[in-house]
Amino acid sequence: MEWEFTLLLLVNGILIGLMYALIALGFVLVYKATDAINFAQGEFVMSAGIIAAVVVAASTSFFLGVVVALAAMVLFSFLLERVMLRPLLGRPIVAVIMATIGLAALLRGLLPLVFGAGTRPISLPEFIGEEPIALGPVMLQPVQLVGAGVSILFLAGFSWFFLKSRMGIAMRAVADNQQVAMAMGINVERYFALAWAMAGIVSALGGVVWGSMLGVDVHLALVGLKVFPVVILGGLDSIIGAVVGGLIIGIVENLAAGYIDPYVGGGTKDFAPYVVMIIALMIRPYGIFGKRKIERV
Amino acid sequence: MLSLNNVEVVYDGVILVLKGVSITVGQGTITTLLGANGAGKTTTLKAISGVLRSERGEVTKGAVELNGRRIDGMQAFDVTRLGLAQVFEGRRVFEHLTTEENLVAGGHIRPDMREVRETIELVYGYFPRLRERRYQQSGYLSGGEQQMLAIGRALMSRPKVILLDEPSLGLAPMLVEEIFGIVRKLVQNENLTVLLVEQNATLALEIADHGYVMENGRIVLEGSAAKLRDNADIKEFYLGLNEVGSRKSYRDVKHYKRRKRWLS
Repeated sequence: MEWEFTLLLLVNGILIGLMYALIALGFVLVYKATDAINFAQGEFVMSAGIIAAVVVAASTSFFLGVVVALAAMVLFSFLLERVMLRPLLGRPIVAVIMATIGLAALLRGLLPLVFGAGTRPISLPEFIGEEPIALGPVMLQPVQLVGAGVSILFLAGFSWFFLKSRMGIAMRAVADNQQVAMAMGINVERYFALAWAMAGIVSALGGVVWGSMLGVDVHLALVGLKVFPVVILGGLDSIIGAVVGGLIIGIVENLAAGYIDPYVGGGTKDFAPYVVMIIALMIRPYGIFGKRKIERV
Repeated sequence: MLSLNNVEVVYDGVILVLKGVSITVGQGTITTLLGANGAGKTTTLKAISGVLRSERGEVTKGAVELNGRRIDGMQAFDVTRLGLAQVFEGRRVFEHLTTEENLVAGGHIRPDMREVRETIELVYGYFPRLRERRYQQSGYLSGGEQQMLAIGRALMSRPKVILLDEPSLGLAPMLVEEIFGIVRKLVQNENLTVLLVEQNATLALEIADHGYVMENGRIVLEGSAAKLRDNADIKEFYLGLNEVGSRKSYRDVKHYKRRKRWLS
């Protein structure tokens, strides 16, 4: 029985971890391209979740909800880049950080005000089903499987984009040195907008996936907080780091809940990731796959 | 080809850096811009390429023309499309990209990937060392290799004019010779026009056809490279020789008196 329990925790951790990775991806994309730390990532996810839930409930079409959430988040990210972040270009990075923190508070207040603060479900289409799927001794939630699948798809897609496509290379060039990139004929501002739009896309997906699992309300934004242990562990600017960091955090979280909770009465799931984060900061502050500052001697 | 007419540059709205600079760079020639630190050489280049604006600088007077087209006030990435490339001071390669990715990024404005591949081969032809390092992260290349990469990257957009900012900075003399040799070859074979900013006046006047000397944001001297090499002031202040041509002694300095003549 014991190994089955461990297996269950591990598999669950992996699925959850992949879903963390999806949200962390939004954070990484923005950081990679624009050097801005987006503290509103969780609120992005929450906003997308609320929009999706409202549309799904009104139209009874799951896919319409997803499409509207995607469109809304892309539009929102574009606008955000234009209105709020572009004027801050060339200012100290702290200015951008403070702006995103302010934005987070704004979203957390505004959306419940408009749409109501109650918890809403996002009902999945019928073919996904509610019945757990048995994989050997492990029972899996269909929601989690779908979420993990979507995560894998997008993580692979974005990895390819950055490593192989010319736009991806240009985007990394922008991240490396804006001024030089500009002199290479790269329209830096357009790439900033693109990075934010991509962050909008993954946030929307994250919002739908997490929202359908947990239900949608303001607390969905807390998922965004988990992004920090994930990206600090994996490396702020690495997609593969987001995946590995997500997996580790997901597994650690589940193992902590399974093995430590019974002794202390619960709650370790919520802080175990941060313990890992602090340890990571002490031994490898740039993360497992983060880029080191290249110093030449 | 490229001309600056009475260009004035102001940083941050108040700091006047260039005070009416006029420079003409002829098609297919190497023109050098000499001057001490802070004279405004790099600012001149940035005013041409348009990256000035990202540093809150602005061309407030005068005009920059490329092939008869006004380019001051244009965005840097648009200027690049007109056939101008800048090699920055201190090399500034995209450190976290590999050598080849740097080149691909340099060819960003060219839509056809096949042409980009061809140009990469061309660059490798001039700088074989880069081919050996093609999959290495460029931040870990040696200084000379990085300078080669910076020049190669600028070539990727197939420019007609290249602005070269202190390519000799921090490199061993032998490497500098090598790089300058390649630059000369590039100008001949690829029909390039070069505006070269240098601290190393001896070397710059050797390779250039024409030269300008800058001081305090103004052009104070101009002439063919041969003429400048023979100019007594240049010899004394930039080549470190006195009138007789032997090395200068500190006993008979007082050169500030002569230097003053250029100002006002």
